[in-house]
Amino acid sequence: MDLITPEYGLFVWQVVVMIILIFLLTKFAWKPVMKAVGEREASINEALASAEKAKEEMANLKADNEKMLQQARAERDEMLKEAQQMKKSIIAEATEDANQKAEQILEKAQAAIQNEKKTALAEIKSQVAELSVQIAETVVKKQLDDKQEQMTLVNKMLDDVKLN
Amino acid sequence: MHEIFELILSQQFMATHKSSKITVALMLLLILNTFSSFAQLDTDEVIDESFNPTEMIMHHISDSHGWHFFGEGEDAFTIPLPVILWTDKGLVSFMSSAFHHDVEGEYIVEANGQKFVNYHEKIFVLNEGETEFEYNEEEHAALNANSPFDISITKNVASMLLTSILMIILFMGLAKHYRKSKKAPKGFTNILETLVVFVRDEIAKPQIGEKKYMKFMPFLLTVFFFIWIANLMGLLPGAANVTGNISITVALGLFTLALILVNANKDYWQHVFWMPGIPTFVKPILAIVEILGVFIKPIALMIRLFANITAGHIIILSLIGLIFILETAGVAAISVPFALFITVLELLVAFLQAFIFTMLSALFIGMAVQEHEHH
Repeated sequence: MDLITPEYGLFVWQVVVMIILIFLLTKFAWKPVMKAVGEREASINEALASAEKAKEEMANLKADNEKMLQQARAERDEMLKEAQQMKKSIIAEATEDANQKAEQILEKAQAAIQNEKKTALAEIKSQVAELSVQIAETVVKKQLDDKQEQMTLVNKMLDDVKLN
Repeated sequence: MHEIFELILSQQFMATHKSSKITVALMLLLILNTFSSFAQLDTDEVIDESFNPTEMIMHHISDSHGWHFFGEGEDAFTIPLPVILWTDKGLVSFMSSAFHHDVEGEYIVEANGQKFVNYHEKIFVLNEGETEFEYNEEEHAALNANSPFDISITKNVASMLLTSILMIILFMGLAKHYRKSKKAPKGFTNILETLVVFVRDEIAKPQIGEKKYMKFMPFLLTVFFFIWIANLMGLLPGAANVTGNISITVALGLFTLALILVNANKDYWQHVFWMPGIPTFVKPILAIVEILGVFIKPIALMIRLFANITAGHIIILSLIGLIFILETAGVAAISVPFALFITVLELLVAFLQAFIFTMLSALFIGMAVQEHEHH
């Protein structure tokens, strides 16, 4: 049968055309195409990987932020607490100080009062003495006129002193 | 007969008119395909008065020296193709139109001091001094002539060259895209890229393996697209039956065989000649089977492709031929839709056969280069 008998001419042509076709297409089509497709696939994979990485980093960043915020909050609370304590201690110190000072002033005032009192008493004593001398002078002046009387007075006075 | 056929044509056309442009074009093409067979049949009938379906079908699926489209005898519309012959007196070449559409060995062409005839698309050179070609039908041999080595650009060669040029245009276009941009191509170029990636990911990688597939990609891609495009071109009206020709498939199968033989590793030959892991007395028996297997594999490839494509063409032609065998135009109402259905099926077969050929080639190559784990 003609149908299943290979013809040499056609066979030769097919072999020659096929070799040329494989050669040409490999050089000008398959190699550049395969290379480009491969490169594009690699870059897509890379892009996907880096997107995944970026996402992860984003999540990490967010977690860090949250952590920092929490820390800041804790710090603020701490600071507030400290301030509160400091306020209390300052007030307490001030009160104590004031009390001490007030006591000191009071003491000083009392001392001064005591001094004043002493001087006043001393003055009063000297004035009383002076007055008594004056009175005595006057009395003496009058008494000296009568000798008898003079004697009685002196005696009396002497008695008084002894009694003292 | 023509009116009824045209009516069917227009109805088919109207039915598809509402759908997309592509579908219309496709349908028209398919209908034209059946129509071209029809035109051929019509004129056959006029001349012979008796319709011979075998002859008609054989004419359509065999190779020829001119690219015949329609018409018969001197009125036929045929694109002349160069006839190139290697004779005892050297290379002779002339256009196929020199035979004046004669295929019965009656018209003698004189070139380079020799006389040539075309007998059923085979070129014979007459012996010295002979003036008329004589052929013995019983013995299938020429009595006073011999056949020179025929390397003509026949219809199949021309079609094969067209397919090759089309492939070069398509895939160089695809390669050109990557020189301009790194991005994925759009539209038709993207389809081509998808197919290239399909061959790589679905055929080469799984069958040959990640490490070695790259070396065989050029062959697999070229064979896949060559067979597919040639199959599709074969479905066009008036086109040649390239992949349904045994010479073509033998050449393609031998490429696969050559690749297997050249690239096979030590393990492969060991498994062929002295299969490890079986009793020694079985080894020689198995060696015979395995050695036969080395050659049967590519032979199966050759026959599968040839038979599938040729069978498809024969079915379509037979369905159309029914109209003339039964000599009723009414049969067209059944055979034309049937032929149309088969033609659409052939579109699928065109892809499928290209896929199977490439797939099995990759599988056989994969078996030859595979690293076996020792038992």
